Amino acid sequence: MSKKSSIEKINPTEVKSVLMAGVGGQGILRASDILCLVMMESGMDVKKSEVHGMAQRGGCVTSHVRYGSKVYSPIERKGNVDILLAFEKLESLRYLDYLKPDSRIIINELELYPPAVNLGDMTYPGQAIDLVKESFKTVKVVKAHEIARKAGNLRAENTALLGVLSQWLDLEITMWEKIIWEVFPKKVVDANLKAFHLGRAA
Amino acid sequence: MKVLMSGNEAIARGAYEWGIRFGVGYPGTPSTEILEEFSKYDGVYAEWAPNEKVALEVGIGAAVAGARAIVTMKHVGVNVAADPLFTVSYTGTNGALVIITADDPSLHSSQNEQDNRNYAKFAKIPMLEPADSQEAKEFIKIAFALSEKFDTPVFLRTTTRVSHSKSVVIIEDPLPGEDKTEIRITPSKYVMVPAMARLRRLEVEKRTQALREYAETFGENRMEINSTEVGVITAGMPYNYTKDVFPEFSYLKLGMVHPLPEKLIREFAAKVKKLYVIEELDPFIEEQIRAMGLVVAGKDVFPFTNEFDPGVVETALKGKKPTTVRLPEVAIPPRPPNLCPGCPHRGLFHVLGKLKTFVAGDIGCYTLSFMKPLEGMHSCICMGASIGMAHGMSKALKEKGKGKVVGVIGDGTFLHSGITPLLNMAYNQGEAVIVICDNRTTAMTGMQEHPGTGYTLQGAKAKELDIFALAKVLGIDSVRVIDPYDIKNTREVMREELARPGSSVVISRRSCVLFKRHQTEIRKPLRVDVNKCVGCRNCIGLGCPPIAWRKFADMPADQVIKNAKKQEGNSFIDADLCTGCTICQQVCKVGAIVEVE
Repeated sequence: MSKKSSIEKINPTEVKSVLMAGVGGQGILRASDILCLVMMESGMDVKKSEVHGMAQRGGCVTSHVRYGSKVYSPIERKGNVDILLAFEKLESLRYLDYLKPDSRIIINELELYPPAVNLGDMTYPGQAIDLVKESFKTVKVVKAHEIARKAGNLRAENTALLGVLSQWLDLEITMWEKIIWEVFPKKVVDANLKAFHLGRAA
Repeated sequence: MKVLMSGNEAIARGAYEWGIRFGVGYPGTPSTEILEEFSKYDGVYAEWAPNEKVALEVGIGAAVAGARAIVTMKHVGVNVAADPLFTVSYTGTNGALVIITADDPSLHSSQNEQDNRNYAKFAKIPMLEPADSQEAKEFIKIAFALSEKFDTPVFLRTTTRVSHSKSVVIIEDPLPGEDKTEIRITPSKYVMVPAMARLRRLEVEKRTQALREYAETFGENRMEINSTEVGVITAGMPYNYTKDVFPEFSYLKLGMVHPLPEKLIREFAAKVKKLYVIEELDPFIEEQIRAMGLVVAGKDVFPFTNEFDPGVVETALKGKKPTTVRLPEVAIPPRPPNLCPGCPHRGLFHVLGKLKTFVAGDIGCYTLSFMKPLEGMHSCICMGASIGMAHGMSKALKEKGKGKVVGVIGDGTFLHSGITPLLNMAYNQGEAVIVICDNRTTAMTGMQEHPGTGYTLQGAKAKELDIFALAKVLGIDSVRVIDPYDIKNTREVMREELARPGSSVVISRRSCVLFKRHQTEIRKPLRVDVNKCVGCRNCIGLGCPPIAWRKFADMPADQVIKNAKKQEGNSFIDADLCTGCTICQQVCKVGAIVEVE
């Protein structure tokens, strides 16, 4: 369980940010939409940014979410992201220059091989988590795939990771539940709610 | 009501709220979602045109008939539409006409990063530039109001960040769509022969002067006076980046980037000690301000290339890079976009790669085949260039080019701008082989309909173009159809057509694997039988995402199964990703790739 002190308090004068990073097809855009809607529900201003199009074809995908009482830029500058949510292990390494020394990181323990690794030209950095831990104090590692399987829908990995993220954000659980209800089609709502709660307890 | 909207969704919403009921465009990142979203609103007519020139002409026609029309395209699309663009500036619009140009600084999904603000000045058309989704929704309304008030087409420019970032928008009830259309015959305004165009030319200058004056008091050209140490003139997304880092500065935020309000700029410049122009890409505003004789800093500290972010602005103005944490010293493999597992293009480019031909390519998913390991494409310039280039190369090479030059173009791109070059090749007795990759949709931008799909944007059944018959009727000597999942036949047909004198078209037909309409077969995923794999890497050479190379050196000794003397590893297929297309099975010479039981 998360300690109270580790919850990201919302300070109205300060803009905070979450950076989600992973691979096309992992549901990152949906996840960042949900996060924004929950932020809006709790009365904050919020902006998010990502790149569509070519990047979807198995390339790396990022989504910046920034929130506070008034947000101007939808993208965060390097060295200023508060929380990194990595949907894939190797992708946790790619954006470390966006973080501050005290930033917190969630890593989904999943390996998706990029082309150069498949071809045998480069090695997959299997020690990614240890490397991240060398530079950052708060690193939470989860297996969202297993959580999603337990919840009964393998595609609910993204909501499982939102559940993990929710431990660190000062947002009412009922707001998360409301938005998940609204966003997903009826037949997958239960699995996604379950995945979210399992992630929140992970 | 407050909702979360992308800039593109907000433009569609704004047009709908303003009573606009006619839209036309051509899909292209980052513009595509504008027309897709607009087409879903009640009472709206919207269509995809086969290219941007046609889209603009359809929009002009609707406007001349008295309608208020929105026309959408990406920045390079405006190049295609440039011919009617420069002259509709002369005729004016009767109803109203707003053209969206969605620019792509940083080339996230484009072949160049041209700054289309230049088109506004060049074609003498006013241009608005919103900075977020709420502004996008408001500015599209202002754009239509300006079009009606000044009898001019109006540009609304977005960039990828404005189009694709999401922010909070207050939505309002829509105004009813009023029908003001009628046939009115005014040849002096719409028949642009020299005698009449000369007169309209004078009207354009009068209009630009009137717009210049309007810009001086336009509410969205607004000053925010804070500290007078530094003043920033900016527009669009860079306003947000700068506000984020330097809230203490004074701002002149321009909602209209053409024409510029000279008096307002002078007034602002007089209030501040140091003046900056902060703009992405070209020094469009900066040069005009310099021409006013004002002292201003801009591209001397800011980059000419790529989009900005708050960090770029901070670095440029503070002169130092932000401090970041110590990064681990490890090689991070890049993750570029790739052809999907089961992509039909993979079979075709595997064959083309082995034939050692020059492949003049085009714009679509298949452009990704230029990368390792397929390396199956050798040029890509613009939409439709493949056919003209292949023809030009083979004519220039003469005997040296026989059987060596192929042009590859997708179905959507072929219909966009491949028909006239194919006609040209047939007429001028070209010898190149043109492959039309017909994956039954506009895949790269997200499955938009086109004349070959049999459906319209709004879902009506349409006449489906017969590409085979079209190629024949254009005069192509040999037209054949292949299934790129059938490697042997694809290889045979390509060899035959390359050897054949005269012009050839090969239609490589297989639906995009992500496009649900044509997915009827259920295929089993495949796996590698390590008792048979000899480590020849034929399957690895396909660059299919589920297929990975496993080195024996990295494996525990008891897992190494050697089936050939010099074998250094074997292949592995991730069954969760595999679609069972069987292309790898067909290139495996030892039958080591089998269905998962």
